[in-house]
Amino acid sequence: MNTRDVVLEHVSIRFGNYRAVENAHLSIRGGEFFSFLGPSGCGKTTLLRCISGFVQPSEGRVLIGGKDMRNVGPNKRPTALIFQNLALFPLLSVAENIAFPLEVRGVGRKERRKRADELLEMIALPGTGDKKVHELSGGQRQRVAIARALAAEPDILLLDEPLSALDLKLRQHMRTELRAIQQRVGLTFIYITHDQGEALTMSDQVAVMNAGVVEQVGDPQTIYNRPKTPFVASFVGETNAIPGAVMNQQGALVTLDTALGPLTGQSAGGRDYQAGERCTLFVRPEQLALADAPPATNAIAARRVNEEFEGSIRTLFLNANGVDLRLYRMNADASGPALAADGTASIWFRPEHATVLPADPSRSG
Amino acid sequence: MTRGLGGGLFAFSYALLFFLFLFGPLIIMVITAFNSSAFPRVVPWECFTTDWFGVLVRNERLMSGLWTSLAIGVAVVAIAVPFGLAGALALADIGPRLRAGLYAVLITPILIPGVVLGISTIVFWSFVGRGVGASYDTVFYNGFFLTLLGQVAFIASYAMLVLNARLQRFDPTLTEAALDLGATPGQAFRRILLPFMKPALGSAAFITFLASFENYNTTVFTILSGNTFTTALASKVRLGTDPSLSALAVIIIAVTLIGAMVSEAHTRRQELLRSGKAGQSRFYANPLSRLLTHPGAVLVLLLGVTGFIAWSASRVDANVCRAAILQEKQQLQERLMQEQRNRIQQQAPAQPATPSPSNNPSPFGGAFNPNSLAPPVQPAPPAAPPPSNNPSPFGGAFNPNSLAPKQ
Ligand SMILES: Nc1ncnc2c1ncn2[C@@H]1O[C@H](COP(=O)(O)OP(=O)(O)O)[C@@H](O)[C@H]1O
Ligand SMILES: [Mg+2]
Repeated sequence: MNTRDVVLEHVSIRFGNYRAVENAHLSIRGGEFFSFLGPSGCGKTTLLRCISGFVQPSEGRVLIGGKDMRNVGPNKRPTALIFQNLALFPLLSVAENIAFPLEVRGVGRKERRKRADELLEMIALPGTGDKKVHELSGGQRQRVAIARALAAEPDILLLDEPLSALDLKLRQHMRTELRAIQQRVGLTFIYITHDQGEALTMSDQVAVMNAGVVEQVGDPQTIYNRPKTPFVASFVGETNAIPGAVMNQQGALVTLDTALGPLTGQSAGGRDYQAGERCTLFVRPEQLALADAPPATNAIAARRVNEEFEGSIRTLFLNANGVDLRLYRMNADASGPALAADGTASIWFRPEHATVLPADPSRSG
Repeated sequence: MTRGLGGGLFAFSYALLFFLFLFGPLIIMVITAFNSSAFPRVVPWECFTTDWFGVLVRNERLMSGLWTSLAIGVAVVAIAVPFGLAGALALADIGPRLRAGLYAVLITPILIPGVVLGISTIVFWSFVGRGVGASYDTVFYNGFFLTLLGQVAFIASYAMLVLNARLQRFDPTLTEAALDLGATPGQAFRRILLPFMKPALGSAAFITFLASFENYNTTVFTILSGNTFTTALASKVRLGTDPSLSALAVIIIAVTLIGAMVSEAHTRRQELLRSGKAGQSRFYANPLSRLLTHPGAVLVLLLGVTGFIAWSASRVDANVCRAAILQEKQQLQERLMQEQRNRIQQQAPAQPATPSPSNNPSPFGGAFNPNSLAPPVQPAPPAAPPPSNNPSPFGGAFNPNSLAPKQ
């Protein structure tokens, strides 16, 4: 077994009566970029603190490199955590910060300084070793925190929303940077974010969490295209939700009776539905398209409510028989089918691009 | 705002009164320290002298009390600051529900009157001492140790308050980060938390030392038969005051002022260096003047100036002046006595003079002089000074003799 593997076995974490994490059961392969994605307060930080050893699981266990981590303190685990607020030591210089893991191991002063300078070189901040932390900008501090964690030579790097404090441009730059660092050093990165864009762009695997429960684990495409629960479908990316009742099912294709007429989508995970069961059909705005002629399946008659120009795409806000819909149109496609002069349009989507999920979330699993 | 208060004049007089109230007593005290008059006073000014400092230093009781106080102060700092730190850390780590309770417990010693603490300390430890069958020469009956315990009991709470204030601004994730990076809890404490607490530890040490040094209420009980500076001082004041106490005040004021200036120099320099504004100042450009901004240099400078003033003041010989004053006084007394004698001879040439202990300078008019209660049997010495020479503020009204029926 790889020393960089992390396995969560039915991990539950409670604070008093409050269930912060419920039965998290997943394994993270060594060298992977693994993200936990979920809204604020869903227990991501708690789970990360459990992996790094600051919180003990109330039930289940954490295995790192196949070893049970119960009774192994944070300072004895092969993990390094990059805190949400970075937690750089304000009274130490940048180089002292980075060399701190070496200092506590008793590495000599010269050796420490050499290693700190190497790491500063790596994060493209050479010559800043003697500065104080508060003299650096947000993005520079971010990189110093990463260098400090790497100096501890961990097998697993844990990152708690490290980019949330940065502005948009820097955040996008740092995404690429982080991914590059991960591929260079080959460590397991466990990354926490509430930003689905971050999770999808950087990760090999994503675990979507909601209210302490891990709802789905998969690679970004699967998470985005094949959500297993209504929460995952609506939290990851934009989506249109159309409620209805099951009319019939043919193989993986389920047809619902909706306010917009009969609509067909793919059953999530090849699940079988009973006729009359209340379900929701999810279809992404970019999968909806304007039609020239009324198509054979999944035709919806809609009326334009509003329109937003967002650079490369244009968002059309539509209403079809009381259901709000959103449709993305590439501006490059402006020559394609258009709205009628009175603002009405015929739109459609391919059945394999839509997902049908039970409306009752408790039956989703 | 000053206009709203009635203009500059009002504000000025108010400020003047305020500062007079604050500093008036100190200024007067400082002046009296250099007046040769045996009673601390500004007028009449007799001679400039530094002899009172000598008198102060030669007072054994006070000096040995001073050393005891210093030793107790250092020991109290050494115990109370770690205790206070432990208390503050416990408060920071404990759950929110227990915190209020623990805080109340830790703060109670400050609210208990010092007298109660003092008495309960000796009662408790003598009880323990008796319980273990200890003899009177053990720590249970040792004033130094009892004072240490009695003072630490409440001074540790002061330290806790000071340290707690700083600890609240400590980001506990820093400790977690240190642990996460492989530090042992001890390393995280020494390398991360302690440096952060350093300024507060300094203030806590300072405050606990002062609190110990100036404590009287508790110490007067716990020191038993011994003496600290404050208890020695108090008993000295009870027996009558003299300007050597003013001299003491001068020393304390000088030490405080020098300390405050050095500390201010330190903070200003730190601030300038931290903000990076030091580079703009010409003062910091020149290595010599830059050295002068160092608090150590400021201290040396101030000590030098003070030392020089003290040295030159001590070279003023008050003896000539004092002899002149003495002579003047004797002449005055001579003259007064002469006048008195003349008056008496005129008024009652036949009556024998009352034997009045008129030379007694006691404010009680010699009421406590055992002799004054004795019946005036012996015939008075013919040249006895009349009662009018009695310097009693009550004009001798309490002189028992004055109540005696005239024969
Ligand atoms: N030490 C704690 N004691 C009690 N409740 C906690 C503690 N830590 C976290 N929680 C609660 O657990 C929930 C999840 O918190 P957290 O893991 O920080 O969420 P996230 O990082 O996903 O925003 C929150 O409701 C929070 O209030
Ligand atoms: Mg969080």
